[in-house]
Amino acid sequence: MTTIDETRDQEPTRRDFLYLTATAMGAVAVGTVAWPLVNQMSPAADTLALATTEVDLSPIEEGQSITVVWRGAPVFIRYRTQKEIIEARKVDVAELRDPQTDEERAQKEKWLVMVGICTHLGCVPLGQKVGDPKGDYGGWFCPCHGSHYDTAGRIRKGPAPKNLVVPPYEYTSDTLIKVG
Amino acid sequence: MANKPREKFDNAFVEWIDSRLPIFTMVQKEYGVFPTPKNFNYFWNFGAIAMVMLTIMIVTGITLAMHYSPNSGLAFDSVERIMRDVNYGWLLRYIHANGASFFFIAVYIHIFRGLYYGSYKRPRELLWMFGVLIFLLMMATAFMGYVLPWGQMSFWGAQVITSFFSAIPLVGDDIVVWLRGGFSIDNPTLTRFYALHYLLPFVIVGVVVLHVWALHVTGSNNPLGIEPKGPQDTLPFNPYYTIKDSFGLVVFMVIYAIFVFFMPNILGHPDNYIPADPLVTPAHIVPEWYFLPFYAILRAFTFGVNIPLAIGLLIVGAAMAPLFTNRSKEEISLRMMGILFAVAGIFLAIGYFSQYQMESGSTMIMSGWWISKAFIDAKLCGVLAMFGSIAILFVLPFMDSHPVRSARFRPWFKIGVLLLVLDFFVLMVCGAKPAEGFWVPLSQVTMLYYMGFFIFGIPFLSKFEPVKELPESIHMAVMADKRKAQKKAGV
Repeated sequence: MTTIDETRDQEPTRRDFLYLTATAMGAVAVGTVAWPLVNQMSPAADTLALATTEVDLSPIEEGQSITVVWRGAPVFIRYRTQKEIIEARKVDVAELRDPQTDEERAQKEKWLVMVGICTHLGCVPLGQKVGDPKGDYGGWFCPCHGSHYDTAGRIRKGPAPKNLVVPPYEYTSDTLIKVG
Repeated sequence: MANKPREKFDNAFVEWIDSRLPIFTMVQKEYGVFPTPKNFNYFWNFGAIAMVMLTIMIVTGITLAMHYSPNSGLAFDSVERIMRDVNYGWLLRYIHANGASFFFIAVYIHIFRGLYYGSYKRPRELLWMFGVLIFLLMMATAFMGYVLPWGQMSFWGAQVITSFFSAIPLVGDDIVVWLRGGFSIDNPTLTRFYALHYLLPFVIVGVVVLHVWALHVTGSNNPLGIEPKGPQDTLPFNPYYTIKDSFGLVVFMVIYAIFVFFMPNILGHPDNYIPADPLVTPAHIVPEWYFLPFYAILRAFTFGVNIPLAIGLLIVGAAMAPLFTNRSKEEISLRMMGILFAVAGIFLAIGYFSQYQMESGSTMIMSGWWISKAFIDAKLCGVLAMFGSIAILFVLPFMDSHPVRSARFRPWFKIGVLLLVLDFFVLMVCGAKPAEGFWVPLSQVTMLYYMGFFIFGIPFLSKFEPVKELPESIHMAVMADKRKAQKKAGV
């Protein structure tokens, strides 16, 4: 003898089907409404529009650094001395925390372009000005939590996990670069 | 609730309301005659004090919002205008800024009370968890509020804290951009923080209602940690504890007022009176004092998890596993646990020192990269440990299975908790100091104690701390104390 309850357990009924489809449609509807509410927090069109910066390199002298603003963040541009280039190139890449050769980081060996934000927790490292501490490797030093970067902006000591980020940039002429 | 018929009120107006919405009956029941253990000490003031602080923060916050401009070009100047031109603006702002500190003081003492007297234990687990949730919401609210004046510390604090999320593998950087609403901290970040800073206090009010509701289901804990057994153990909340709370509140307010009127900036940072500059980091970024211990835990990780450390941690897990089973203490071999800990210690030391960089830049233990290389990097470890140090409070009630609540009858636990308080203060100092020299190992040791207390100490003591005999009832214990005091006084 089978009761009504038992048949319900065995075979999906019309009602089960309605529950499932209604729940699925409900989930889609909630997702559709939630997405604009979540995505409104992503960068707006005007923020995205400020995504490139042009820099004239001609006034910079050897051994001098400048800081420009790209997407609200500082970008370090350094005209490296011969000594700095040699130091950056003689490092055994396999020993580095974030292995990258100097050639991968500088399109032209004289010019180092990178975002001046420590990859640890986002401070601006020191080393741009003449009197600044440059850390144990003669590059940059982050005062917040003590990360040391070398003359190619690679992390050598301290808590930061990655090298200073090289932004996308291209030479539009010999002395002009476009960052972004 | 409605198993007894409602008693009528004499006042006709009150009765008219109450017969339609029994709000007076509820207040009478929950705050008038509510039976409360009669042996509270002054630690039991701080829940009420925290509630008053929340009210003060909301009232001053709303009035400040009437004059503040949430725009990166105007924010700093609008705060200065509040200080100089708005009538009593200086007072409202100083009450609000120092209020955050005093709210945290009250809540930290309240949390200590709960920990020391075992208030988190059965049947008050949910009550405790709502409390931890309030603490988390407070931290989020306080952080976003600190960003609003748009000074240097505001800006760089926001920079550092939003950067935490970049430690998440794969999607971290995208999450940071989404949180900031741009590629750096800017106006979109400020406006959303303002909106949330206005919203969250009301969410806190909601959770406080749940917290108090849960409290009124289980009733309060007390310094003896034993349940009241009858009317001889309790007093009606009013007037006994309304008066005791009021007295404690007045003392607290006097101290608060001294800060507001005589040293309103002593808990803040002078750097925050410099307008935000995205191109210059202050020499020393420090969070507000109430975040310092957690900041120290974050920075204690100058090392990540490499292969030896992972092996060491697995052995520690194996050593501790019996503590999390139903086995009695006789069935757990302390010798085995000791041996495993010693072995784990060797692996942990190798893992740690192979990443320990000396002045020369080389590591203390020279080894192949396959030993020293961390596969969970220091940054992610730090962020996980920082959030973990609060998350662990959520599960605390389920890790502690010792039958005795109050530290008064748990001499081992008592030492552990008091050392934890000391540890918390040392972490606070470490968080305020630059991450260099002696402060780094000190913060690592104190971080280890904090974690060890909860992860190892609590389950260990649950099994091994002897169970003492408890007083028969609150009344008996109170009377015994009284007799002792009388004898001492020679009465």
